[in-house]
Order: sequence, then structure tokens, then C-alpha cells
Amino acid sequence: MFIFIFNKLKTFPKGGVHPPEVKISAEKPIEKLPLPANVTIPISQHIGVPAVPVVERGESVKTGQIIAKTGGFVSANIHASATGRIAKISEEMDSSGYRRMSIMIRVDKEEQWADGIDTSDKLISEIRFTRDQVLQKILEGGIVGMGGATFPSHIKLNIPKGKTADVLIVNGVECEPYLTSDHQLMLEKSEELMVGVRILMKALGVDKAIIGIENNKKDAIDKLSKLAAKHDNISVVALKVQYPQGGEKQLIKALINREVPSGKLPIDVGTVVHNVGTTYAVYEAVQKNKPLIERVVTVTGKSVSKPGNFLTRIGTPVSTLIDAAGGLPEDTGKVISGGPMMGKALNDLDIPVTKGTSGILILPESESARSKSKVCIRCSKCISVCPMGLEPFYLMTTTQRAMYDEAEQNRILDCIECGSCSYICPSNRELLDYIRLGKSTISNLIRERQSV
Amino acid sequence: MNQTIIITIVSLSGLGAIAAVILYIVARQFKVETDPRIDAIEEVLPATNCGGCGQPGCRAFAEALAAASDISDMHCPVGGNEVMKLVGEILGMEVKEKDPYIAVVKCSGSFEHRKKTNIYDGAPNCTIASLLYGGDTGCAYGCVGLGECVDACDFEAMYMDEKTGLPVVIEDKCTACNACVKACPKDIIELWPRGRKNRRIYVACMNEDKGGIAKKYCSVACTGCEKCVEVCKYDSVVVENNLAVIDPEKCKLCKECVFVCKSNSIHMINFPPPKDRPAVQERPNRKLARTRIETVGVEVTGVEIAISNVTDGTSTENEPEEGNKTEIEKNITKNEENPSGDHKEGGDISSENDNKA
Repeated sequence: MFIFIFNKLKTFPKGGVHPPEVKISAEKPIEKLPLPANVTIPISQHIGVPAVPVVERGESVKTGQIIAKTGGFVSANIHASATGRIAKISEEMDSSGYRRMSIMIRVDKEEQWADGIDTSDKLISEIRFTRDQVLQKILEGGIVGMGGATFPSHIKLNIPKGKTADVLIVNGVECEPYLTSDHQLMLEKSEELMVGVRILMKALGVDKAIIGIENNKKDAIDKLSKLAAKHDNISVVALKVQYPQGGEKQLIKALINREVPSGKLPIDVGTVVHNVGTTYAVYEAVQKNKPLIERVVTVTGKSVSKPGNFLTRIGTPVSTLIDAAGGLPEDTGKVISGGPMMGKALNDLDIPVTKGTSGILILPESESARSKSKVCIRCSKCISVCPMGLEPFYLMTTTQRAMYDEAEQNRILDCIECGSCSYICPSNRELLDYIRLGKSTISNLIRERQSV
Repeated sequence: MNQTIIITIVSLSGLGAIAAVILYIVARQFKVETDPRIDAIEEVLPATNCGGCGQPGCRAFAEALAAASDISDMHCPVGGNEVMKLVGEILGMEVKEKDPYIAVVKCSGSFEHRKKTNIYDGAPNCTIASLLYGGDTGCAYGCVGLGECVDACDFEAMYMDEKTGLPVVIEDKCTACNACVKACPKDIIELWPRGRKNRRIYVACMNEDKGGIAKKYCSVACTGCEKCVEVCKYDSVVVENNLAVIDPEKCKLCKECVFVCKSNSIHMINFPPPKDRPAVQERPNRKLARTRIETVGVEVTGVEIAISNVTDGTSTENEPEEGNKTEIEKNITKNEENPSGDHKEGGDISSENDNKA
């Protein structure tokens, strides 16, 4: 604890912004959301191949029972998040904004858990499993990155041949304004988290772990530091409050001063980053045999009457969550899944909560409308805030003019889509919109090139 | 003084002459042999550099033509058969005549038929919007309405209709260069044979959702009811993924599918008005077509809207234009007076199911 008082706080060296933090729902204890009448569970809640349903319409399922199995190497299992009958397997709107295959369960009042799941709150700190068993349990539990990227965790932990990791980084930064779900989880489940960290260390075969937390969560830093003091190989580091501190590459640079080269992964510099939410899910999957069927979701917004952090079952409609937070305010302009910087506006309130939903942010109309885009005044603010050292204005222009070679040479694919450029632009230019377009077009071009 | 001028003139002329000799020798020595036919072909091509032939510009197409051993698959959509005939004469090769094509917009979900369910205020670009989500209506297959196709058109052959929110192809200007087809992220624009007497029939819908969902969000969506398949005598209609698709090669323009379609998702263009079919006119579900006439009204030539084209009179030389208009106007007024023929959601679908059963 004394280290960071005397030292300058660590941060990433390039760019970044500091939007107002507005952590309204901080210090609101995690509240268990009652089961909704129906849960709609999309079979594609992760990056990669959608899972393949293994249940049929009309079948009865227990909570925690597997309902869709991995559809390929990069894929994750999906479990029933409630007890009930499969009402339908059909295409429903999900947070991608498109209709995707989903499994709808009509929820029974009486909850029955699948066999072998420990639902007690008892802390199990002893790790009785071998590395392979741990990886198997994480795969079976359908654990994905819960920070928002939803990359299947078992793949991240399975280090490819020829590469080694020497340090595990646990991401408790939560740099997005408004969101507090990770913060609250760190406070309330700190002991479980430490066990989770040790499990991840075992799975990776590393003997060092660093938990990075932004300095605006001092209580979490204190609590976890005290617990970490019991283990000499786990440390907690406070980080400067700067967006996007929680970006994987930024966090690695800030904590261990290693730079992930362009087009490479963290494992190429000997580290793996996991979010605290994922770490807790790993603890539950390994120690309690409990698959990923619920997560903490922040429901917040300036006009929301009862903002809070809710332990929500996967598949719960967003509208249920909003009702729990006191209903949809009248001045609502946008309902955003995620934070204000990287989140995505929802086009329907029946969209279900998925494994990657960290928060539901309700923005009033006055704050949500985008101002009209004006011409670029060459102020170069976007360049100075870009944490990846890119030139956002140039990437936008080259994309608009279909100069894809030029955009690719200027490393458009390195963009982490943090939105700092769009946030800072005094002309309200749609920088990130066009960069995303360029990224997707160029990825397709590269794929075409490779197939030829 | 005079002497100076003379010396200058003589010396400069001398330099010029020497340079001319050197340049002449160099030009002879390093002459680049080009196929003279390339220039000849380029001369005939329309010089629009639209890329509709698949080559980056007319010069590249001319080079490709001169180098090809068989040009029957190569076609300049802008110049059409006339230009290709000239090219064939230059190359001394056989050119296959190709039917002229035109871009058709396969979506009829105007503001009126497809209500907005949310507001999009991101970058005004169709591809960006569709990368983000399904669109500001409940239909994820239809037109986004931000006009990327219009921007892509080099011939000013398209415009966004402010009343419907859909792009409109101007028949006389469209060269079928494929630029709009490539630009559209939803793939709703397709090149279609212009057809006999410039008449054509196509399904103006891309919605692959099941009938109920499709209809819930768009009143003119194809529900995949297969009525058109049943009625078609030429096997030119198939229903795949809840969506009817017409094969223009097989279609004989008999219009049966148009009349049988309850959703009005099948459009017929440049046909004379269906006055010889009074039974069809009286059917309540024709209301939708009439409403469309009402809103889009008497449009300019080549507007891609269903029955409304009967009003422009381009293909109805035999009938007096004024007469057509009054007839349709009568229909509209008749319909306004008779609200019982109102189209209702769900009701339509259930009757469909009844028919199926």
C-alpha cells in the first residue's frame, strides 16, 4: 500500500483521455435479481463459432445444465441459466442488433440445479485439481472474457507451443465511466477472487500475478492488497485514472512495461490478461462446478432512480433489469449495453443480457444525441489522445476515399476502438465509425488475399 | 544589335535542330510497340471509366479486349451491344449480343410500410450502420436509406426519394455498371434484364425472416407464402429461406404472381394498367398498391414503384395518359371511402394460413 503513495502512479505512456467518471452506482451492494419469466440465451455470446444446441423444444432443463456445446475450436459452451422448459429455439434480437439463433426457456418457479453444482457461499480455497483438470473445467463451464471482448478463456489459457508466459495480469481497472460491476465484485468477492487468481496462475504455469486497479477504487485496492499480502507472488498495483487504462495492451505496458508488437498477442510478450469478472467465474467453475450462468451487471444513468449492481442470470431481458433499477426514465435518449465509451446502443429493450454485458447505461436525450459532424480543422487532438499512436483523422479519410492500402500501412488494424478520438474531436467527426468500417473492409481484403 | 538577334536565332535554331535529331533517333530506337487496336478500341468505348466491365477503366478494358482470344464473355454495360459490335469489328471477332440490364431496388419498405423502431444518428453511411446493427426498422434485410448507392452512381441515375426513403433508379440514365450493387451492404440492388418492351417483374423484398416477423415490421414484406410459386406456369419463382425469388430467364412476364401476392412485394414495371382485370381491382388487399399510388403519385419516368408506373404512360402509347390517371384516381377515392378494405396486421397472415390449410 505504501508503494503507490510514494511512487508516481503507473500508466500507459501514450495518449488517453479522462472523461468524467460518474460512478453513480459505486458502493451499491450487488443485488440478486429475481428470476424473470423467460430467459433468452443466444447461442453466440462469444467471439468465434456459435455453440450448437443440444436440447430440443419442449425439453425440461435444470439450472446449470448444458444446452449448447462448443461448435469448434474457438467457441464456448452455453448453459441453462434457469430451470424450466425450452419454449422455443428461434432467431431473436440480441445485442449485435441482428436476429440470431437463441434458446428461450420458460422459467419455472421452483429452481432445480443440475447435479454436482455447489450453490453454497462457502469459500473453497484449496485447489485440488491438476492443470489439465482446471483447463477442462474452464472449457466445460463456458467461461469467456467478461470484460466485453468475450474471447473463450480456455483458449487464452492454453499457451501455444513455443511460447511461454511468466506473469498473469488481472484486469480490475474498469476504466469505462459509469460502470461499477467489477469494482463491486472486487469488494464483495475478494477472497474468491484471490483463489481465482491462483487457479489461473496454475492453469498458465506462472508464478507471478499482478492485479491492476485504477486509483479511483481505493477501497478495492486496500482490500485486495491486504489479501495479496498473504501470497508473496501476487501483487496489487494502483493505476492512474486514465481511459483506456483497462485496454489489454495499455495495461501490459503500464504494469510490466512490455509493448505488444503490432499484430501480436499478449502471449508474445509472455503475459496473459484476464478480467476480474472472468477470474471470479473461473473460481466458480473450478471450485464450485458452477458454469457461467450469471454475472454482475451495472444499471446506471443520471436519471435512473435506483441505479445499482445486479447479479443477473444470462438471458434476462434488459427491460427486466431496467425495471429493477426503477424503470426507464422519461427523458431516455439511448440505452447502451456497456459503458459510454465503448458500449453499444440497443435497438430493442427485450435484448437479453449475455456473458459480455458489463452494464446497462441509460443516457438522457440531451446527452445521447450526436452533434453534427463538421470539417476537420487539423487540430491533431485525435493523434495526441490515441493510445495506440495512430492517426485517426488520416485513417478516417483514407477509409472514406477507399484508399485501403494506405490505411493498412498506417496500421488501422491496430486500433483498439477505444473511442478516445471521437470523444476528443472538437468537430464531432465520426472518426471511430469510419475506422471500424475500414478495419472490417481491410480484414476482409486480407482474408481474400490469404485465400488466393 | 541586329547581329546579336541573328546570333541568338541561329544558335537556338541550331540547338533545336540538334535536339530534334536526337529525339528522333531516340524515339526510333526505343519505340514501345503497342497494339494499334487498343487505341482504336479505346476510341469506341464510352470513356466513363466506371468499372462496370470489371476492369479499372476503359483503357484497361481495351487492353484486356485486345489481349483476349475470346471476347464473348466481355461486355461494356454502358456502351451496350452497339459498342461491343464496333469492338468486334475492330478485333474481327464474334460478339455475343447481350440483353440490356438495369439496376432494380429489391426493397419496397418505405416509411409508410416499414415504421421506424429506433433512431440512428451515427455516420451517414449504409455500411457503417449495418455493421452496427440491423437498421432503424425491425427489418434487418431492407434498405438502410442512407444513400450509399446514390453516392456510388457515376451517372446520376439514382436518387433517394424523400417520401419513401428508398433509392430510385432513373431508367434512362442507368447503365447497369454494377457500382450501386457493389456499394449496397444489404445487397438489395440487383442487375435485372430490362426485359421485353422494358417491362419486368421482380420480388422487391429481401426479408428472410419468417412470415409473421417479416410482416410485423414491414407491411409489404414477402412472407414466403408460396402463392406465387403455385400460380407460376413457368417454374420461374422459387421460395428459399422464406423469400420468393424470380428467375428473370424463365419469367414470361405473365403477371399472375403480381396479382396473387397478398403483400404486394412483387413489382411490375412499365406494364399497362390492369384495367382488364376488374376482379383483382376490387380485392381488398390491393389497397396497399393504391396507397402507394397516392403517396408517390405521378412520378417521373422510370420510377421503380409497383403499379404506379402505369401513370407515366411511357409504355402505354395506345391508351391516352389522361384516361389512366383518372381511372387510378377514381380507385384511390373509392378506397378512401371504403375503409373496410383496410389492411390489418395479423389478419392478413391468418387468412393466409387458412388458405394453406
